[in-house]
Amino acid sequence: MNTLNDNNNQKESGQVALFIFRLYVAGSAPNSLRAIGNLMDICQEYLPERHQIEIVDVLQDPLRAITDKVLVTPTLIKVAPEPTWSMLGDLSAREKVLLGLGIEICS
Amino acid sequence: MTFHPQSAKSEMKKMPTGIEGFDVMTGGGLPCSRMSLLLGSPGAGKTVFALQTLVNGARQLDEPGIFIAFEEDSKRLIENVRTFGWDLGALEDRKLFFLDAHLPADTIQAGQFDLIGLLAAIEAKAKEIGAKRVVFDSIDALLIPLNDPLLERQEILRVHDWFAKTELTGIMTAKDGSSIGAQRYGFMQFITDCVVTIKHQTIDRVSLRTIQIMKYRGSSFAENEFPMVITPFGIDVASIKPNELDYPVSTERISTGVQRLDTMLNGGYYRGSSTLVSGAPGTAKTTLSGAFVEAACQRGEPALYVSFDEAANEVIRNMASVGIDLKTHVDSGLLRMYSAQSVTHSAAEHLVILKSLIAQHRIQCLAIDPLSALLKSGDLPSTLGAVERLLRFAKSSGITIVCTSLLEGVDLEAENTPLQVSTIADTWIQLSYVIQAGERNRALTIIKSRGTQHSNQVRELILSDQGVTLTDVYTAGGEVLMGTLRHEKEQAAQLELVQLEADFELERRAIEVDEGEISSRIETLRRELDSKRTAFRVKERLHEARETQWRAGQDDLQHLRYADSDSLTAPYPQSEGSED
Repeated sequence: MNTLNDNNNQKESGQVALFIFRLYVAGSAPNSLRAIGNLMDICQEYLPERHQIEIVDVLQDPLRAITDKVLVTPTLIKVAPEPTWSMLGDLSAREKVLLGLGIEICS
Repeated sequence: MTFHPQSAKSEMKKMPTGIEGFDVMTGGGLPCSRMSLLLGSPGAGKTVFALQTLVNGARQLDEPGIFIAFEEDSKRLIENVRTFGWDLGALEDRKLFFLDAHLPADTIQAGQFDLIGLLAAIEAKAKEIGAKRVVFDSIDALLIPLNDPLLERQEILRVHDWFAKTELTGIMTAKDGSSIGAQRYGFMQFITDCVVTIKHQTIDRVSLRTIQIMKYRGSSFAENEFPMVITPFGIDVASIKPNELDYPVSTERISTGVQRLDTMLNGGYYRGSSTLVSGAPGTAKTTLSGAFVEAACQRGEPALYVSFDEAANEVIRNMASVGIDLKTHVDSGLLRMYSAQSVTHSAAEHLVILKSLIAQHRIQCLAIDPLSALLKSGDLPSTLGAVERLLRFAKSSGITIVCTSLLEGVDLEAENTPLQVSTIADTWIQLSYVIQAGERNRALTIIKSRGTQHSNQVRELILSDQGVTLTDVYTAGGEVLMGTLRHEKEQAAQLELVQLEADFELERRAIEVDEGEISSRIETLRRELDSKRTAFRVKERLHEARETQWRAGQDDLQHLRYADSDSLTAPYPQSEGSED
């Protein structure tokens, strides 16, 4: 388990919710590495200092995948805020991720 | 059909599925440490097949298994197969692990993914419970979101390699026949070592399932399509063992349940033989089969009575009316009654149900009434095939079988059965009606009985509340009489006999009287003779006395006269009775 903590949302005086993510990856498989990179990019860009990412390596802890009912890698789970959802894939479809996060892209 | 199970076994390690017929087809089961593809249309029975393989492995070979349900919720799946009586609850978790792998409906897909994580998780779980068998049911649900044939191939290949690496044996089910899937499964078929197709068709409004092995790398296999049936106990595949015609035969005779019929057949049916009773409606075919199972139960042998299109209770009641008591044996559990509507299943399905009942209750005697009802279930060739398999199965298991066949709308004189079973049956008993003098009577003939010296006589079959009896028909002056006519003739003959006996008695008495008379006459005459003899003896003695006296007188006279002896000797007068 690896936690990237960027928990500085106190600065926003609680007005903006904290995004908690859990990303399931399979070691250094290309899709998984891409997913980590894509997620961090999006968080940096759109949710700076108000996100928390937990990375679960299924290869390190395979039975956890079964417990958590995560089957394919990579899988991203939005733990908070509500509603929670899970997203499959390497998150390269950025619009879909943003849509899921409720972020509108001003183009 | 190229099929060499012996050589097949030595070729490679195989994992028995525990589905007997399939293991026969493949010469031992699915390839070990490989992935097998199970194709079939929805509802064909892929999931049941795969799950049954796991259950059999866990139960019979102590090989735990993992079932990954991609489409159906595992709880519902367990609920669905509950009717098969596999008792998954007892196996679950320790011997059988269900992994729900269907994606939640709200899952969003954002980019490429792979199965690395899933495979790692399954591998860990397999190690934990010591699993040997893994089922992916069905992987389409997971591959479709990839939406890229190349990526799909990559993942399929990944799974394929994973099986080889982990030494797990896998079954992957997939839908067949859809145009969308054609390309995907084309590749799957190409890379997997064993591909099995289950077909579900409707022929003549009857549902028929068949199973076929499309390929099996490194092994020979039965190439034909074989009937597959989903029975109340699971899947059954009706493949024929190549050596099935080589079974032990018995010379033991068992009773037909009708004494005279036993005599006609030189002691009864051979154990393990098959008998066909054919005849028009109402000729007591059912009664003969009932008598047979009753006799079996009386010997203490478990029997199965199969009635098509007639309820078991009805059969029991009807049998009771002719003195055949089936109820006692049903109550004691020795006799199983199975009644079914012939049209509800295909002949192959009926066959499988019967086979499992036979195995379950160790049946030794089987009656099927009427076998011809199966004609209604499906097309003729497949029905005939099923019937033939049933008879062969019964023979190879030493089960004595009596089946009836209804002759309907065919020329009774032709003595021909629509099922053409007559060629397989060892004994063929024909029941018919003989119409004479305004009445119908039942006649029984044995058309053939292999290996048995049997009577060539027509017998009249009589039903009464005492049961079935066979009577000699009255043959005289070239005519064959039955029923009332026979009865009349018999009565007349009886009267004639009585008359003859009376006449004889009278004659005997008369002679006795004569004899008495004659002997009394003989006695009278004898006495008369006796008295005559006595009288004669008296006379004789008197005569002697007189002669003696006379001689004495002569001597005295001579002496007195001093006469010369020579001159005076004179003969004694010989005249008889002169003194009387």
